Amino acid sequence: MSAEGVTRTRRWARVWALAARDLRIVRGSSAVMIPLVVVPLVFLVLLPVGVGLAARFGGQAIGQASNLVALLERTPLPVAAQLAGLEPAAQMLVLVLAYLMAPMFLVLPLMVASVIAADSFAGEKERKTLEALLYTPTRDVELFGAKLLVAMVPAVAVSWAGLALYSLVADLVAYPYLHRVLLPDALWLVLVLWVAPAVAGLGLGITVLVSARVRSFQEAYQIGGVVVLPIIAVVAGQAAGVVYLDAVAALVVGAALFAVDAALFAVGLRSFSRDALASRV
Amino acid sequence: MPDGRFPMSEIALTTRRLGRTFGTGDRAVRALEGLELEVRRGEVFGLLGHNGAGKTTTVRLLNGVLKPTTGSATVLGLDPQVDGPALRERSGVLTETPALDERLEARETLALFGRIFGLGARAAADRAAALLRDFGLEDRADEPVAAFSKGMKQRLALARTLVHEPELIFLDEPTEGLDPVAAREVHELVRTMTRQQGRTVVLCTHNLVEAQRLCDRVAVLQRGAMVALGTPAELARRLQRGRRVRFTVAVERAAEALAALRAAVGGDAAIDLHAGEDAGTLHLDGAGPEGVAAAVAALVAAEVPVHAVVPQEPSLEDAYFALVERPAEGTVAP
Repeated sequence: MSAEGVTRTRRWARVWALAARDLRIVRGSSAVMIPLVVVPLVFLVLLPVGVGLAARFGGQAIGQASNLVALLERTPLPVAAQLAGLEPAAQMLVLVLAYLMAPMFLVLPLMVASVIAADSFAGEKERKTLEALLYTPTRDVELFGAKLLVAMVPAVAVSWAGLALYSLVADLVAYPYLHRVLLPDALWLVLVLWVAPAVAGLGLGITVLVSARVRSFQEAYQIGGVVVLPIIAVVAGQAAGVVYLDAVAALVVGAALFAVDAALFAVGLRSFSRDALASRV
Repeated sequence: MPDGRFPMSEIALTTRRLGRTFGTGDRAVRALEGLELEVRRGEVFGLLGHNGAGKTTTVRLLNGVLKPTTGSATVLGLDPQVDGPALRERSGVLTETPALDERLEARETLALFGRIFGLGARAAADRAAALLRDFGLEDRADEPVAAFSKGMKQRLALARTLVHEPELIFLDEPTEGLDPVAAREVHELVRTMTRQQGRTVVLCTHNLVEAQRLCDRVAVLQRGAMVALGTPAELARRLQRGRRVRFTVAVERAAEALAALRAAVGGDAAIDLHAGEDAGTLHLDGAGPEGVAAAVAALVAAEVPVHAVVPQEPSLEDAYFALVERPAEGTVAP
């Protein structure tokens, strides 16, 4: 290997070592780990199962429920086409499990990235453990990059594993009505493979900026949590029929988010220089 | 004797007009100004000063953690601003607070830092085990740091400072908050590091006894400026006018003794006479052998019972207070 290659290998080894340290510390915190376990469980298992139970035991009522009727009337044409000819319980399953839940799913990568970043950036500041790292041979960008990795990798992993789990549960719930595999479809694949990492980056980038200005993990997590609002807006817009999310729209949204992420990271890296960090210590 | 692990007869670091100001305009704070230093390899060099004197800022500048606003430094032949990472591979810093993550176990802490400093997994584990043994932490190696006493945390932080075998070590208030036994262990360790292992130590402290006991040379910092530099003995001598002799007399006759001494030596401008802190003690500064003889004769003539006449070695403590109370030339305004 060339000298440059050796240097690069060593630098990566160092970044991984930093990330391993942060990950180990994150794992040791119940304030971080509890939401990381509970929220996915609710989203990926309890919600689809609950929808399934509603379909099974409230099938008749659903057909007459004015809410659903109103919702179906507002449903954009491509989705309505998908629903045509299905019994009311099956309509509700497809609508909720495949369509309305899709943007909600993005809360997962967002939350995972934000909570880990809050612990790794603001939490580290609060615990005053960063100074020891400043005196290691790492470069500023390596310290910063390791912290991004520690938030991004679990967020993406939870999304992808979450897609598998959610698809399994949703299909188990819906198969008796549809007699076909419902998920994953094109929209979900684009959302999870493309938009989820971008959304994770958004939560991470915002939390990094917030962390530079607050004193504690809790503060960073709470203020950073504001970033969930756009997702709620999309969910509400969808339910109101004013927003229509399909795979193509998701591709565009993902690309735009990645651009925002890049800008946030660039600003974040600037506030993460040794000199700036040590001046604040 | 040093085992020659690191080169001895060289300069470990030099600074040229090194300074750092935080903030701008009216809110600017000059943390350090115009520092000119030279630390030799293998010595224990003390940075002495109150909190806020600029000690920690100096350590940060010398390790490329802060950028200087003026001047420059060369540390182990490198410019901290340009070659920070390469420099930090060879220097170790014990920060003022141990900065240990309480969720990690002691062994993990050392092994993870070993990896960050570039050791392989196996080497890092071995190094962690060796340090835990050396620092007497083997029994608690697999417990979270949160359960450790202050002394144990400090020992672990010191072990972490040595994980990559640095040749230059900065210790920022290493015995702050430690009980006397733990503090003595740290002092022993500093001696071992320099005398047996040939490392260079820069010791930041406001503990004057510690500085006198450990340091080959000290620089006294006050409000960001260096106000004195030398061996502890040199500084003490330079700042104390001649030698001090302490007289101990019967407490009830102290006033009479003072008057008798004043009559005997008071005419000599070089001699300073004053009551000591303890009742019945009198200090005579700057008197030569004749002055001391005249003083003793005066006390005998006045029939004051003299319990003791003890020559006092000048202490760094006295020198320090003489220095930091008197604003020195070039001192930065607060």
